[in-house]
Parts: sequence; C-alpha cells; structure tokens
Amino acid sequence: MLNLGTDEIVKYPFLAEAGKYLSDKGFSLEQFGTDPDLKRIVDMAVERIKISTEGKIYSSDVSETNSSLPMEVFSFLIAVILLKLTGMHTLIRRFSLAEARRSERFLEKDLANYKDKTKEEMALKIMHDLFSITIQKKDDDFIIPISNYLKHSINFHEREWKLINRKIDNGSVFLTSHETVRLVRKEIDRYISTKIHSANTPEMIEGFQEHVNSLKNLAKKFEVKTVESSEYPPCIKHAIEVLEKGENLPHSGRFMLATFLFAKGQQVEEIAPLFKNAPDYNEKVTLYQLNHLSGKSSTTKYACPSCEKLKSQNLCFIIPECDGIINPIQFGRKRV
Amino acid sequence: MNDKDIELLEDSFKKFYFDHFNLIHVPENPNQREFGFQKFNSGMNRHISLKTDKELHLLLMQKVPSDVYVSNACYSFPNLPMNEKDWKNAELIFDIDAKDLDVKNRDQHSCVKCTECNEIAILQSSCPSCQSSKLSKITLSCSDCITEAKDQVRRLNEILIDDFGVEPNNIQVFFSGNEGFHIYVNNSEFQSVGAKERAEIADHIMFRGIIPETFGFKKFNSEKILLPDFNEPSWRGRASKVLYGSKSMRSKISKKIISSGYSAFQKQLEAVKEQIGVRIDPNVTVDIHRIFRLPGSINSKSGLAKIFVNDITKFNPYVDACFIDSEDTEVIANCPIEFSLKNKKFGPYKQERISVPKYAAVYMICKGVASCT
Repeated sequence: MLNLGTDEIVKYPFLAEAGKYLSDKGFSLEQFGTDPDLKRIVDMAVERIKISTEGKIYSSDVSETNSSLPMEVFSFLIAVILLKLTGMHTLIRRFSLAEARRSERFLEKDLANYKDKTKEEMALKIMHDLFSITIQKKDDDFIIPISNYLKHSINFHEREWKLINRKIDNGSVFLTSHETVRLVRKEIDRYISTKIHSANTPEMIEGFQEHVNSLKNLAKKFEVKTVESSEYPPCIKHAIEVLEKGENLPHSGRFMLATFLFAKGQQVEEIAPLFKNAPDYNEKVTLYQLNHLSGKSSTTKYACPSCEKLKSQNLCFIIPECDGIINPIQFGRKRV
Repeated sequence: MNDKDIELLEDSFKKFYFDHFNLIHVPENPNQREFGFQKFNSGMNRHISLKTDKELHLLLMQKVPSDVYVSNACYSFPNLPMNEKDWKNAELIFDIDAKDLDVKNRDQHSCVKCTECNEIAILQSSCPSCQSSKLSKITLSCSDCITEAKDQVRRLNEILIDDFGVEPNNIQVFFSGNEGFHIYVNNSEFQSVGAKERAEIADHIMFRGIIPETFGFKKFNSEKILLPDFNEPSWRGRASKVLYGSKSMRSKISKKIISSGYSAFQKQLEAVKEQIGVRIDPNVTVDIHRIFRLPGSINSKSGLAKIFVNDITKFNPYVDACFIDSEDTEVIANCPIEFSLKNKKFGPYKQERISVPKYAAVYMICKGVASCT
C-alpha cells in the first residue's frame, strides 16, 4: 500500500484508513459530537457535503499552517460518517464525484511537477498502484500503453476519448497531464464511493442527529421523477419495419429488439409474433431464443446493447431526440 | 445434403485427418481452451475439454466432424457453462472475409440457389423456376477476392505493428478455409483486455468514429487550423496520403478542405472510411467467448483447410489449402460457373454426371452445386 505523508492525506483523504487515522491522532468519534472545539470540523464536514451536492468542488488551502492539516482530513472523515448515518445514496454519489474532482486537481499538479521529484513520484505511484496506469513522461507528453488507456477510456461516451481520436504510436497513447488524470476520474469516484459504502455505519452519535436530518432533507431535493414517452427509438422502429417487410434482420438486430422489449416489460408471448415474417422464421427456435434471452431458460437475463455497440453493428439510426442517451431504453425519458 | 454426400465428405475428411495429423495440433494451454465440433446436418457441440493432440486426433477419428473449433480464450473451467468458465484471457483475433469486401468481379464467380426449390442458376434476383425471392448466393473460387483480402491483411499488419506496437513475429496469419483470413496476435498486452476495449481497437482499425478535431480541425476559429502531414504516425499520416494524394498537393488541398468547413470535412472522412479503414468483421474481434475454426482442420463450406500462411504474397488457397486427394469421383454437378482448384479449371456443368478429382467433387458438394445422387 502507499506510504502517505500528511501532505498526501490532505490531498487524497480517501486513501487514509479512517478509523486508524482518528485513533492515531488520539480522537474518538463521540468527541466530535460533544466537544465544542471539534464542532467546527463537523460544520466543515456538512459544508463539504452540501457543496458537493451543488456540483462544486470543496476548496481547501493545502498550504495552510500545519495545525490546520488534520482539519482537512477530519472534515472528510466526518463527512463520510455523516453520509453513512444519513444513508442516502444520492448524497454519497454526489460527494464521491466532487471529492474525486477535488483530488484530480492535486493529482494533475503533482504529476506535472518537475521541481519536486517526491510529489511527482507519489502521483505516478498513485496512478500505477490504484489505477494500473504506467506513465512515462517525455517533454510535455504523458505516454501510457494503449491497453492501460483502453481499460479506462471505455468508460467515456464522448467521441474524443475514442482510441481513433487519440495520438498513438507504437503501442502508446500520448496524453496531457490533464487528460491523464481525467482518464481516471470515474475510478477515483468509484474508489471513494466503494470505500464509503463498505465502511461500517456507526450508531447515531450524540450531536450529529440534527445534521443528519438536515442532510436527509437536502437529499429529498434530488429525488428525480421521470416521465417516459411510449414512442420507440429509431433503431427499434427500424428493426420492426424490417421484420414487417419480411426482410432479414441480422441476429444482432433481433437481439437488440428482443432485449429492448424485455426491458420495457413485455413478455415472450408478446414479442414472439414480431418475428413471424422473418425469412427464416421457425417458431420453436424463436421461442427458445426469447426464453433464453429473458433469463427464463438460462441464468443470465440479457440487457439491451448500448447505443455505441449498436452503432458498431450498423443498427443505429440516430435522430436529434436521441441526444444524451447511451442506451435505447433511455429514449423518451424526461425529468420533471 | 443427402446421406450419400455426407458419406463421401466424411470419408474424405477422415482420410485427410488420418494422413495429416502433423498439421493438426491443440493450441497453447490446451487444458484451458474450450473445443467444439459439428457434424453434417447437425447442431454444435460446445464446452468440450481436450488436453492433448492425441485426444484431439481421437475425436477427429471417432466423431468425424464436419467442422472443429477451439476458443481463443483461456478459461479456468473450459467445459463448464459459459458463465461458470472463469475467463482469463484471449488472443486478439481479426477476421477478414472476402464476402465483406465488395470485390468488383466477385459476381462473375457467384451463382444463386433457391432455398425453396433448390434450383441453381447464374446470378439473378428471383428463382427462374419458382420465382421465389429467397435465394442464397454461392461464390466459387475467385482470385480477385483473395487478392483483395490479402491487401486488407497487409494493411491490418501495418496498423498492428505501427500503431499498436505488436511484434511482427507475434502476428500469425491463417487462411480461413473458405475465402478469408484469420489474423492472430499472440503474447500481446491486449491478451487480457475485454470486449469493450476490443471494440475500440476494431473501430480504430476500421477508421470508425473519427472526428475532424483529430486532424486539427476546429468547429470555430478556422484560421488556426493546421492539417496533418504525411509522415505523422497512425491515421493522421495515413489519411493525409489519401486526402492529399501527393505531398506537393498538401498545401493546396488542405486549404480547400479548411475553406469547405467542418461538416464538409466530417462528411469527407465518413466517405473515405471504407477506402482507408481495414475491413475486418468487428463482431469477431469483440467476441471474447468465441470458438474459432481449429488451424489445420477442414472448412465444410469448401472442403479446403484452415492453414497457417507463411508468405502471404505467394499464397494461393486454391492450391495450398486443398488437401483432398485426386481419386476419380463421380458426381452429378449443377454448377453454372467455372472454378479453379489445384491450377485446374472445372465447369460449368449443367445438371450432368461427371467424373472429377475427389477434391473438386468435395468442393462442389460443400458449396451445394453437386451431389452423389
């Protein structure tokens, strides 16, 4: 595991062993609820969560005097405790993303640090140990193996992250420090949220109740109600049209159609007749395959393929209304 | 296919396997691979585990399969159902098939067979006998197709080596046994990557999803655009060659591209995709649980063998992959087009009883244009 100095723990507090850190510093959780001197930290922690829900990044002054350093770490750790006590996933999700973006700033600065070798090495080590990215620096380029790059870039849906839109040569991808760190945002986010989710939830701590209640109220604001139009996306319409005309729909298209309709709650009996016009229609085979996809006669319930996948199978017939979706089943969903 | 045809094919295949055990081996880490086979007129048997060449040869002799397959993936438990196999890694494989290449003269080597009444005729849109539109296309030996497929293989190799840093000696090319090539990348860093990563690799190779920004194009502020040069790595260099034609034209054409604007350039890139991207079948590369035809085995679509290609420029599948013997064999052939095997021309035949070398008889039966009875 990484050997962290105070400086790093402030920047990347999620790397610290929370309970151990507190006890090493001679504190117990209960103290934070009662000790008036520590109250400031709890307030900071609440603030840290609130800011994250606004999509902003908690800014901390790392260069502050040494005495303030534990405050930074404590406020993170207490925020985690508050989130556990509140138990609202939406808050945890927002908090871990904001914290990921906060540490991203430090990581980027440290990676590009040519003056302080220790900082640079630590940043390179974090990238390697936590995210399995081996970075070679050459001039302004951050050079990483294509296979390392791909494992992270597949999380992005923007076209600029596609391998074909990257500068590559002889097995390596060339990135800027900003892009290198941006590449792992999701993983830092996931790392933080996994850590929060897997932490034990303590008993309610005296003095925390009020904060927990206010956070619960805050979370309610983020409950999303959606309406869905019953209109099918163009890819599905196209597939149905092809079948209606009695033309051949490739296997991948049939797979898409069936998994889409299953996702919309239709049953095998409702879907099967759609395939009747297919040139190679065989009732037995159709039912067998539909039952297999639905998870009835197999252990897996197959999911509808992503838009990206459908594009590569030439099954995508994108229209403006598709904007912002990454899977056909999201088509027509609107927040109210 | 009738029983007599199957008997002839099974006898021929069995004899080939018996005489050519030296060509047919289990791959590396055989105990981690999934094997599968098919018999004529029958479904697929998968999830089979074989550990040695001997076990494989025994299967060939006992089952006399029409086709034999093995996974590119290694699993902890290859003979368990798919989701219990525990996938470990898989060689990166690319499939280039002549049928996907729109080769100009391909139709001259193709005929149609009616799926309703089995009538065979030269290429047309409906059956001359029953007017049904349900026709399957049959393509016989076509050297243009092979030449084009070879060119795609050459370009794929170039990208694998230049862009992906693959060692040339880790690339193995196999003739698929019908009319294409399988390109294997062994011992690479891509062995352990999953399906989504492989889809990205496939898109890169096929020149799919490129955006004008990659060539330095900007949506706004077109004054500062500098398009790439010939000798830049990867697609920037390769696409430049196609876009400008020659070095001397760079400045002139690049000005024209810039003045035509962003969306025109986007369309232009889309238009050259087929021309400059390598036309692999992406589904094959992306599927990490697939079983592939076993090198050295016969392809029942043709009676030719899937074999390792040492020197692709000299390779002629219709000679080098044709292993069935030349014993005189009688068949009734209904083959409206000519084809060539082992440098000998055959056909056309109009529903006639003929005596031909066994390799030609097997080829025609496999293609569905001849029968024993």
